[in-house]
Amino acid sequence: MNIVVCMKETPSITAVKRFTADMRLERRKEDAEINPFDEYALEEGLRQREKHGGEVIALCMGPVTATENIRKALAIGADRGVLVTDPALEGSDAIGTARALAAALQKLGFDLALFGSAAADSYGGVVPAAVAEVLGQPLLSFASKLEIADGRAKIERAAETGYQVAEAAIPALVSVIQTINVPRYPSMKGIMQSKKKPIDTFSLADLGVDATLVGVAGAREKATGSSPVDTQRKGELFSGNDGAADRIVAFLVEQKVL
Amino acid sequence: MDFTLNDEQTMIRTMCREFAEEEIKPHAEELDRTGQFPYEIVRKMAALGLLGLPFPEEYGGAGADFLSYCLALEEIGRGDASVGITMEAHTSLGATPFYLFGSEEQKQRYLTPLARGEHLWSFGLTEPNAGSDSGGTETHAEREGDVWRINGSKAFITNAGTEMSGGVTITAVTGRTADGHKAITNFIVPKGTPGYHIGAAYHKMGWKASDTRPLAFEDCLVPDEQRLGDQGDGFRQFMLILDLGRVAISALNVGLAQACFDEAQRYASERRQFGRPIVAFQAISFKLADMAMEIELARLMYYKAAWLHMQGLPFTKEASMAKLFSSETAKRCADQAVQIHGGYGFMDEYPVSRFWRNVKVHEIGEGTSEVQRQIIAKHL
Ligand SMILES: Cc1cc2nc3c(=O)[nH]c(=O)nc-3n(C[C@H](O)[C@H](O)[C@H](O)COP(=O)(O)OP(=O)(O)OC[C@H]3O[C@@H](n4cnc5c(N)ncnc54)[C@H](O)[C@@H]3O)c2cc1C
Repeated sequence: MNIVVCMKETPSITAVKRFTADMRLERRKEDAEINPFDEYALEEGLRQREKHGGEVIALCMGPVTATENIRKALAIGADRGVLVTDPALEGSDAIGTARALAAALQKLGFDLALFGSAAADSYGGVVPAAVAEVLGQPLLSFASKLEIADGRAKIERAAETGYQVAEAAIPALVSVIQTINVPRYPSMKGIMQSKKKPIDTFSLADLGVDATLVGVAGAREKATGSSPVDTQRKGELFSGNDGAADRIVAFLVEQKVL
Repeated sequence: MDFTLNDEQTMIRTMCREFAEEEIKPHAEELDRTGQFPYEIVRKMAALGLLGLPFPEEYGGAGADFLSYCLALEEIGRGDASVGITMEAHTSLGATPFYLFGSEEQKQRYLTPLARGEHLWSFGLTEPNAGSDSGGTETHAEREGDVWRINGSKAFITNAGTEMSGGVTITAVTGRTADGHKAITNFIVPKGTPGYHIGAAYHKMGWKASDTRPLAFEDCLVPDEQRLGDQGDGFRQFMLILDLGRVAISALNVGLAQACFDEAQRYASERRQFGRPIVAFQAISFKLADMAMEIELARLMYYKAAWLHMQGLPFTKEASMAKLFSSETAKRCADQAVQIHGGYGFMDEYPVSRFWRNVKVHEIGEGTSEVQRQIIAKHL
């Protein structure tokens, strides 16, 4: 089975976020890591390969320096990497990103394309759907379980009171949520072998994508401002002997802790 | 001169840092309190190839270089010193002798499962009457045809008595050298060999979750195939093993010192007195500055000793310097970390009290600070 895992490079959660004058996130190489949500997609890809055989390709659209994080995916177990990089891609919105990824997926060919549920920097969560739309192929979104059998992908999607079951013929796109698995650490051997695995680089020209439809040129979405989250802490003091314990219990129930 | 770590070294360090943070640190307090050997953690480490880092893939290892192994130890030791010493004693003292001195058959038979982490292995040098004076070894082996009859005892042997322990390589006197010294030969003694007795675990002040045992050998018969290297080569062998072990221990020391710094820095910025976080007082921030500086120096010293070794250059003096300086750095850092915590630092709930108890043995194991100074002096 040909499995492609789409993974974005995002600034680590703890990194201090700064913006450029035109409101784009300033990306520093030192802070860049694999989008934590995509680690579950990679793990799922590896597990499906372990069951069904085949190959796992780590596909990333990003700056040239993203090879370091592709290398990490190779250390964790992907067979090879593909970097889509082009100066014209800078400033792409979700649709632009989807166009580039869709073109790369088409070029690579796939049975299963896996995505995380969102990216930890923008939290848009629409790229998988947009890629599916561009490719005209089905998306099974927010999977908490994935099974491939008889040429079909079947997922469970967690819902408020239970779960939904959805399925589609492969090739299919699947986005996964964090309860689907526990991502593994790269093994020492995996790290040592990662250098020997190939990483191919595609430009927009290689993919035959029109540069005016991506990047800043093609972006339909424009960020116009940002402000820090209000992190004021609220505290409530329960004291005295008359029913403080009950009030604490009631509070915890209200907060759905108990 | 280039201090940049290569991609593999960086990835190994990052992976070990994450592993220590997520899989070791959360259990460190409990391991210390119960003194239980950390089987689950050690088995996870084995599966990830952390118990065979510096050995070639053909012998089950990861094929990483010696510095990568040290970087890994620093991070694991930063998570917990007991887990760190378990990894270090297994790799540097247990497995390395097979790699350096074993026959091809011994490498296949012993090194491969050790590098894969299927068993742990120990090195038994210290004896009740031969500690710093390792030339004073009393355990002796007499040749009887194709077998050796071993009698004697060993003290403070790490990793000898766990469920995962596969055996021990010991030093034993096998005669006299031409100049009248004891001739020492190393023997491989698998667990279960008749006459090999593993004593009850010691009760220790620190490193509580690591396994430390006295061993006894009572008419213990081992075939000549279980001799490691040439007869009489034992002294030279363990001198080299200890040199290498000292570089590795230095990395562990730096990890512990770093853990002290991490906790001290965090606490100093959280704890408020006189209306300010205590880190705002110069007396406290200068302590942190000194700690950070010494840790940096200690780290550079083990990097250099590892580098010398990887270049095939002599490194005995630098290994001793690194070991001495890093263990004393770790000691000062533990002491200052407790000081910065005030009374809370004396309480078991705070990790720095555990660091303070753990750090003492770092000035003793694999050669005391006095012995390191002797070695350095001898090389001046
Ligand atoms: C937890 C733990 C784990 C250990 N694990 C292992 C292991 O796996 N394998 C192993 O073989 N050993 C192991 N050891 C033993 C360790 O290496 C020895 O304890 C150490 O080498 C010191 O020997 P000793 O305890 O007999 O002290 P001694 O040699 O008796 O030293 C006592 C004191 O005298 C000083 N001293 C001794 N000789 C001189 C001298 N000539 N000049 C100046 N000062 C001197 C020492 O520095 C020390 O301060 C372990 C020890 C501990 C505590």
